[in-house]
Amino acid sequence: MTAIPRSTPRVLPGLSLGLGISILFVTLIVLLPISGLLWQLAQLTPADYFRVMSSERVLTALRVTLTAAAAATLINGVFGLMLAWVLTRYRFAGRGLIDALVDLPFALPTAVAGIALVSLYDRSGWLGSVLDKFGLQVAYTWWGIMIAMIFTSIPFAVRAIQPAIEELDPDEEAAALTLGANGVQRFLRVVLRPLMPSILTGVGLSFVRSMGEFGAVIFIAGNLPYKTEIASLLILIRLDEFDYPAAAAIAGTLLLLSVILLVAINLAQTRMQRYLRAEG
Amino acid sequence: MTFQALDIHKSFGDTEVLKGVSLSMKEGEFVALLGPSGSGKTTLLNIIAGLAHADRGQLLFAGEDITRLPAGQRHFGFVFQNYALFRHMTVAQNIAFGLRVLPRKSRPSRSAIAARTRELLEMIEMADLADRFPAQLSGGQRQRVAMARALAIEPRLLLMDEPFSALDAQVRQSLRESVRDLQRKAGVGAIMVTHDRAEAWALADRVAVMNEGHIVQFDRPEVLSSNPSSDFVRLLVRADAA
Amino acid sequence: MTRFILIALSLLFLGLMVILPVIAIFHRAFADGFDAYRAAILDPETLAAIRLTVIATLLVLPLNVIFGVAAAWAIARFRFVGRRVLLILIEIPFAVSPIVAGLCFLLIYGAYGPVGALLEPYGVQLMFNLTGIVLVSAFVTCPFVMREVLPVLMVTGEDEELAAVTLGANGWQIFRHVVLPNISWGLAYGVVLTMARAMGEFGAVSVVAGAIRGQTMTLPLQIELMYNDYNATGAFAAATVLTALALVTLVLRGVLNRFGPKKEAHA
Ligand SMILES: Nc1ncnc2c1ncn2[C@@H]1O[C@H](COP(=O)(O)OP(=O)(O)OP(=O)(O)O)[C@@H](O)[C@H]1O
Ligand SMILES: [Mg+2]
Repeated sequence: MTAIPRSTPRVLPGLSLGLGISILFVTLIVLLPISGLLWQLAQLTPADYFRVMSSERVLTALRVTLTAAAAATLINGVFGLMLAWVLTRYRFAGRGLIDALVDLPFALPTAVAGIALVSLYDRSGWLGSVLDKFGLQVAYTWWGIMIAMIFTSIPFAVRAIQPAIEELDPDEEAAALTLGANGVQRFLRVVLRPLMPSILTGVGLSFVRSMGEFGAVIFIAGNLPYKTEIASLLILIRLDEFDYPAAAAIAGTLLLLSVILLVAINLAQTRMQRYLRAEG
Repeated sequence: MTFQALDIHKSFGDTEVLKGVSLSMKEGEFVALLGPSGSGKTTLLNIIAGLAHADRGQLLFAGEDITRLPAGQRHFGFVFQNYALFRHMTVAQNIAFGLRVLPRKSRPSRSAIAARTRELLEMIEMADLADRFPAQLSGGQRQRVAMARALAIEPRLLLMDEPFSALDAQVRQSLRESVRDLQRKAGVGAIMVTHDRAEAWALADRVAVMNEGHIVQFDRPEVLSSNPSSDFVRLLVRADAA
Repeated sequence: MTRFILIALSLLFLGLMVILPVIAIFHRAFADGFDAYRAAILDPETLAAIRLTVIATLLVLPLNVIFGVAAAWAIARFRFVGRRVLLILIEIPFAVSPIVAGLCFLLIYGAYGPVGALLEPYGVQLMFNLTGIVLVSAFVTCPFVMREVLPVLMVTGEDEELAAVTLGANGWQIFRHVVLPNISWGLAYGVVLTMARAMGEFGAVSVVAGAIRGQTMTLPLQIELMYNDYNATGAFAAATVLTALALVTLVLRGVLNRFGPKKEAHA
């Protein structure tokens, strides 16, 4: 028996309008620009690409960017976890204010953050002058880059970890206590392990953000080629020289790195969650 | 005006939920759809309302084919199981909504809408609560607002999906009366979904017993009790009577 | 004891890393006295930059609101092929660094890009002007409204909208009277985020703005310019404007969180 196929009319209105607007916007604002980069990349031969990428200046810029981002991420992982823990588990005066201030680096324009940080860590600044007494210099060095990256990405770490701590069951900690687990064991087994997926997410987002950060970093970085030049700035310099292929090669590499990272985080997260659920 | 559903089929994916349901109502009749959970009552009611569409079959109202008519043009009042009151509107605004959204040509004047709203508020005995928001009402009050909102558009048919299920037993009893009363006053036919036998017996002129996507018997309550067509109906009737 | 140490460490970290820099901005802005601050804010170039920034933001905002609500509606209420792809595409701008984003726009809409070259004969230029600024700002703020509205639509469910359908409301009436009041808080916060981000975007805008003094300088670009010109008071004074905006954003967030609708029981 063959029923005459009829398309069923939709009950709620607005699918075609909503979808139409979405597709138009996403095409013009997201898809086309990204494909512009891919199109430029496609015009590069592999040899061209490797010539650009293997130049000493590019390699240094990538190394500076990635190592500073990694260091910033590590610090944000530790302090992000701590802040998230303190904000969800403890009640103290000013907690609400602190909670709100965690988002400040996200809300503050990056250029503003940049000049604020450099004015603080410059030799004449409040912190810079103190550090100078110990012969330490942060501004215009790799350390400055790292500080700027910590600043802009700390909210991502905290906000990714916070909900997971809220969901932790305090009873399990208590149970571990009655079973005689000491503090460290308890923390590692009962607290850290279920938090791992969200810590990973927070840390990953923080790294991706740090890797691409520009405004906050360039003021404090010093921007010396072969020393304190970040990859984003090098893209801009190549652009000003109208060397679009080189700019596209570096940008494409950065983009690919962040996409790979985000996909990896996503995969690892689902897998770990499945594993943890199977265990529990 | 008569309503007819003819050979309605509906599947979700591979599972057939309605397997050829037919139902025919007389003017002003109160029909209850009674059946166990998952038997397809809500699905059938949604199809009648136009909130879902049948894969096969036909809906007729006063001889007119309304199978493909959009829900908004059917002029059927619908009382949702959870009432679905507009949470950002007052009781009065909820009731007036169906009139306010009428096309300009057929829309009553502002004062006429206000008068009609007042009339309905008095009918459900909530005139003093006109400016409350749904969140400030009791369950029974919400139920009555939902009824009034559905009746405000002077529907050609009133559809109710388990209208009392969110209420406690006492409120339920007292509201039964008022629902039947409102329906009679409005002079409109009604279909009510329920899985409570007592409720169906108390309210309905005829009861359609549903099981696994079929209407297994459709008759007056006395006949269902005295002359059940199958063991299923016999058990259903007896289980609650005991 | 652990509690005390952890709280103290957290406060120290946040104080040093986040709060101190903000205090430093105001300190530097007012270092030469209030009159110098006033003069810096009223500098014609700074005022022009503020004006441009506001105009660009006011252009981005409706674009993003319409898109965000449309996308959230389609994704929350319908199942269609490519629904997940659409979600991912909307999130992409989060992952793209600002300079890369700006470069992408230049490569497609610039004079040498495929689309830009197509438009050039007609005298249409998309980059190095206000259009360019609006386009990249739309990119960097792309997910903000959608992200706030989608969860609200998910939580409220479609029952009220279906009720409106049975009462005969048309699409616009459903949106205006039922959907909009329900999503208003989420939408408001999305708008605030979009505004803050659009006004503060630096990297992406600096690639496509063209940096013509007094013409295509947004406020963040103007800050950089003044800072590099050793006009510290000017730079920090302008920075206080954006900092104030960021603080207002945070306050609004707090207000919306506290007074916005909780996941109230179904009415
Ligand atoms: N949207 C849907 N998608 C898939 N299956 C559905 C959908 N709606 C209903 N069903 C299935 O159809 C069957 C009938 O559902 P229906 O809601 O009509 O039952 P019901 O008689 O109203 O039950 P109850 O008394 O519990 O409300 C059920 O098995 C249900 O799981
Ligand atoms: Mg049901």
